[in-house]
Amino acid sequence: MSKKKSIFQLLTEKPWEQDQIEADNDHQGQTVNLSKQKLGLRTLMAASTVLFSLFIVAYSDRMLVHDWRNMPEPWLLWFNTGILVLSSLVFHQTVKYAKNDLFDKTKNGLYFIGFLAYSFLIGQLIVWYQLMNTGFYATSNVANAFFYLFTTIHGLHIIGGIYFWGKTTSKFIKRSLKKEEINNLIDICAVYWHFLLAVWLVLFGLMLSS
Amino acid sequence: MSDEYEHKLEAKSDYTGDASSVSTPDIDAVPDAELPDQELYHSHSWWTTYVFSQDAKYIGIQYALTAIGTGLLGLVLSWLMRIQLAWPGLGWLEPSSYYQFVTMHGMIMVVYLLTALFLGGFGNLLIPLMCGARDMAFPYVNMLSYWAFVVAVVVLLASFFVPGGPTGAGWTLYPPQAITAGTPGYNGGIILMLISLILFVAGFTMGGLNYIITVLQLRARGMTLMRLPLTIWGIFTATVLAMFAFPALLVGCLMMTLDSLLGTSFFMPAMVSLGETLTHEGGSPILFQHLFWFFGHPEVYIVALPAFGIVSDLLSVHSRKTIFGYRMMVWAIVGIGALSFFVWAHHMYVSGMNPWFGFFFATTTLIIAVPTAIKVYNWILTLWRGNIVLSLPMLFSLGFIVTFLNGGLTGLFLGNVTVDVPLSDTYFVVAHFHMVMGIAPILVVFGAIYHWYPLVTGRMMNETLGKVHFWITFIGSYAIYFPMHYQGFVGVPRRYYEIYDSPYIDVSTLLLNKFITIAVLIVGAAQLLFLYNLFASARLGKKAEKNPWKANSLEWQTPQMPPEHGNWGKELPKVYRWPYDFSVPGAKEDYIPQTQPPSEIIGAKVEKT
Repeated sequence: MSKKKSIFQLLTEKPWEQDQIEADNDHQGQTVNLSKQKLGLRTLMAASTVLFSLFIVAYSDRMLVHDWRNMPEPWLLWFNTGILVLSSLVFHQTVKYAKNDLFDKTKNGLYFIGFLAYSFLIGQLIVWYQLMNTGFYATSNVANAFFYLFTTIHGLHIIGGIYFWGKTTSKFIKRSLKKEEINNLIDICAVYWHFLLAVWLVLFGLMLSS
Repeated sequence: MSDEYEHKLEAKSDYTGDASSVSTPDIDAVPDAELPDQELYHSHSWWTTYVFSQDAKYIGIQYALTAIGTGLLGLVLSWLMRIQLAWPGLGWLEPSSYYQFVTMHGMIMVVYLLTALFLGGFGNLLIPLMCGARDMAFPYVNMLSYWAFVVAVVVLLASFFVPGGPTGAGWTLYPPQAITAGTPGYNGGIILMLISLILFVAGFTMGGLNYIITVLQLRARGMTLMRLPLTIWGIFTATVLAMFAFPALLVGCLMMTLDSLLGTSFFMPAMVSLGETLTHEGGSPILFQHLFWFFGHPEVYIVALPAFGIVSDLLSVHSRKTIFGYRMMVWAIVGIGALSFFVWAHHMYVSGMNPWFGFFFATTTLIIAVPTAIKVYNWILTLWRGNIVLSLPMLFSLGFIVTFLNGGLTGLFLGNVTVDVPLSDTYFVVAHFHMVMGIAPILVVFGAIYHWYPLVTGRMMNETLGKVHFWITFIGSYAIYFPMHYQGFVGVPRRYYEIYDSPYIDVSTLLLNKFITIAVLIVGAAQLLFLYNLFASARLGKKAEKNPWKANSLEWQTPQMPPEHGNWGKELPKVYRWPYDFSVPGAKEDYIPQTQPPSEIIGAKVEKT
């Protein structure tokens, strides 16, 4: 595999010079030593980070207007956050199980993660229900609207994650892939889970602190 | 699916891979392939071959045809608008239709034609072929991307048929007016427009993921990043920009949809409309403007960078010369891409922002002119003492350079706050952005279509028709936009349905309006000639020989032309050089394809640059 180069080194190569030609002929055609799924996920996470950052910028800007009324933080949100933290921890452990070829433990881990993800979504819906019952509608104040918007967008990301978790789990159980390939997929799902936890912690922290 | 392509390994097994081993007897030797060949999806029915195709080449053609079809609607809308402007007495259009057509024309041309055509069309067609891959990294996702685009277009067009018609808010869709009574389509058309944009962004993200991963990870052996044709650099950088810029549009669209449907107050301030106090309170319309232009300015470069890249390759091939300053061209593309995120507020000089803010953005705007100017100089220096062939792609490329320079220079005017304030919202602005991101990229699109047409169909397009098309389009667009600069200077405001008997409007303006409209009708009609050429040549055109332009880049080196499914036959290509070895002293031909091994061109020596 080609040596790691900084982007600066890469952009200063002179592809027309003899030394560089000889070095380049040995190139394998891959820029970074990552599977295409892993790099793809990183790209999507980068785009998603921009999306959430812009939401946060919009939130911070809108917050300064006098009509802003803070929303209560139901205790259930803390519970949901706990679920998300737990699912990330379980995923971390499951990746280790998968690496060590512990089929049953990995399988149970994956099932448990799915259960936790669904519980989180249901928990969020209950929070919505509670808030609406106590009169905190999206229209009554923009702070509420931001809360509903953030939880929806984050929830949609989780649903996307559940879709890929489902595909990976079924492939894992059918043993239809080679060991490295399936471990790669489990790894990717785990990274995505940690990413969504981080996003949620930032959004939740933002809403708590304001 | 099993791998249907075997590897033939030419390299010796004891090859060390040491860069200094030129003295080994086999100078063509390259190390064994370490990466497995890509698994390909093979279609089994007519539907999966031609409709829900997963082959990037087909997806590229589908994207291009859909985009061109939508663009034709945009062209017809511009005819209708111009007729209204030239002969307001006819009562040709209702004021509301005029605004709706302006809006739809703008949005269609920028997003649904140019973005989709450059990235979806040329990106899909050229990325795998020019990088030496069999297909995109995720073909299924690629197919979804195209169909999301189709749904987005359908939703957009559906807005013509809802009560109230499409939105007439202008392509910038500024709230509060976009969703307030009095603006055409304020409760129906605008929602469809926003949904369509959300779908477009979703579809584009899937496509963009493919373009980025394919360029980074699936290149042929020997194809380093710095050996890529500039076309790929342009498309790649534009895709990265789009991945970071489209989220801003998405955020703006989502929040405005909620403001309109649910009655939230993200962007909507407290206001009185038609005598009634609305329920909105405290929203910030300026926030939307920032979000929109944080997308909108990179969007200009999302369209321009692929055009820059493509035109660099066209100029090099058709003047039989190495591109001047390849590295500088790459740096300029990357630099423009990075800078494009720091100039957005120059679209908002009259929005009432802090003057220091304007000062900052005027400065960054002038800084971005530096890499852009480097590119223009390098194109001209590429032509210097080249063996210029006035083929169709060359004509369009030359037209591009002049037009882009023209539009770029007026950009320097508008980038300065003090000059912009009086010129803001006049026809000078209209002339500027049509020159720089309308005509200039469209000329590249035409050049690129004439250039790569044989690659797609195996036939050449008709040269005579193409030349007529070029001259009418080129001279015609100057007849349209030069007078608009003048109109802007005398203060004719844009977005006005009719200029009535305003005392400050000179009679020359009215005459020019008629002149411009006639030119618009002629230039528009000339595009029918192009369309005829495009479709008729697929059957009647002269059969193209292999590599008809004698180009070096990989897309012309496929075993069959047009390339088949999987592009490369049994063996993936190996790359031994960059794509700009034209007129190398000592070589038999005036071009050395990227795949030609060193043993076949002994004696040819590239000059130091």
